[in-house]
Amino acid sequence: MSIRVTHEIHKRRMGRNLGVALLLVAFIGIVFGLTVVKVTSGDFQVPKVEEMN
Amino acid sequence: MTDASINTQADLGEAQFGDYFALLKPRVMTLVVFTALVGLLAAPMPVHPMIGFCAVLFIAVGGGAAGALNMWWDADIDAIMRRTRKRPIPGGRVERGEALALGLTLSGFSVVMLALATNILAGALLAFTIFFYVVVYSMWLKRATPQNIVIGGLAGAFPPLVGWVAVTGSMAVEPWLMVALIFMWTPPHFWALALFMRSDYDDAGVPMLTVTHGRRATRVHILVYTVLLAVLAIGAGFTSIGGPIYLVVAVVLNALFLLGALRIWRRDENDSEADNFAVERKFFRLSLLYLFLHFGAILAEALLKPWGLGGWA
Repeated sequence: MSIRVTHEIHKRRMGRNLGVALLLVAFIGIVFGLTVVKVTSGDFQVPKVEEMN
Repeated sequence: MTDASINTQADLGEAQFGDYFALLKPRVMTLVVFTALVGLLAAPMPVHPMIGFCAVLFIAVGGGAAGALNMWWDADIDAIMRRTRKRPIPGGRVERGEALALGLTLSGFSVVMLALATNILAGALLAFTIFFYVVVYSMWLKRATPQNIVIGGLAGAFPPLVGWVAVTGSMAVEPWLMVALIFMWTPPHFWALALFMRSDYDDAGVPMLTVTHGRRATRVHILVYTVLLAVLAIGAGFTSIGGPIYLVVAVVLNALFLLGALRIWRRDENDSEADNFAVERKFFRLSLLYLFLHFGAILAEALLKPWGLGGWA
């Protein structure tokens, strides 16, 4: 009996890899979204030049 | 690699993505998400939807991480108990070390991300919640004392406080009332489960009240805690988290819950075995609805406040 290309193990690994990939993409989206919200809502205001001197 | 070796691996169980997700105890996570969301929305300050979403997400991930660490620690007794023997580790699909790694990674990740997304105090509270659940409850109390779920229940009670603090950055009485509500609800909920799961805790050697003090004492404890819970739940209706809607919900639900506890108290083992613990099972199911509706009512009061309808004001 030959090894089939899409053995059950391959399917499971594919599912795991796909899941991790989707989670990473979602995490990038969340960090990006959070950054936009934080920056636009003034949480991270860059000090003015005169304040720094 | 031969065909045979592949099949052997498959038989041993190669984990699917869902197996790792199951380590996070998704059913417990729904409770964490809902109560944290209520704490977050009941807070007297507006929160940006994105920050609110992230706060609830990271609290849920923290809760899940604690669940994975609990499964890592309790793998030996999970394999014995009927209720838990199909979990990913005793089921042979995930190794203990993997659960430990996942739990530790997600713990650190969730705490840091919550602190960055909201504030340090919220992150610290989430870290304490994970510590309490894993170290104080799972490692210490669970196998040492029949008061395990009473004290350990505090870990499950914290999410609304974390949600509130994520918005306000400070403590207040209101979220502690929500904590107290879950804290007092936990013992009757779990003791009812222990009554009809019968030999599970015996077999695993977990000193549940049913094992150490007997089933009669457990029935008495359920009644006493339900009375105390009713006083707290209805009393909370007159505070700032309550209001007319909450009060109606609390009175009706606590009347039903007390009735259930009274029935459990009046029964003996023969009665229970005759109908396969129907009353105990019904009480357990009601307890889930009880918590959901109480927090739903708190949420309704909070959401109606901007229109002058929620609360007592």
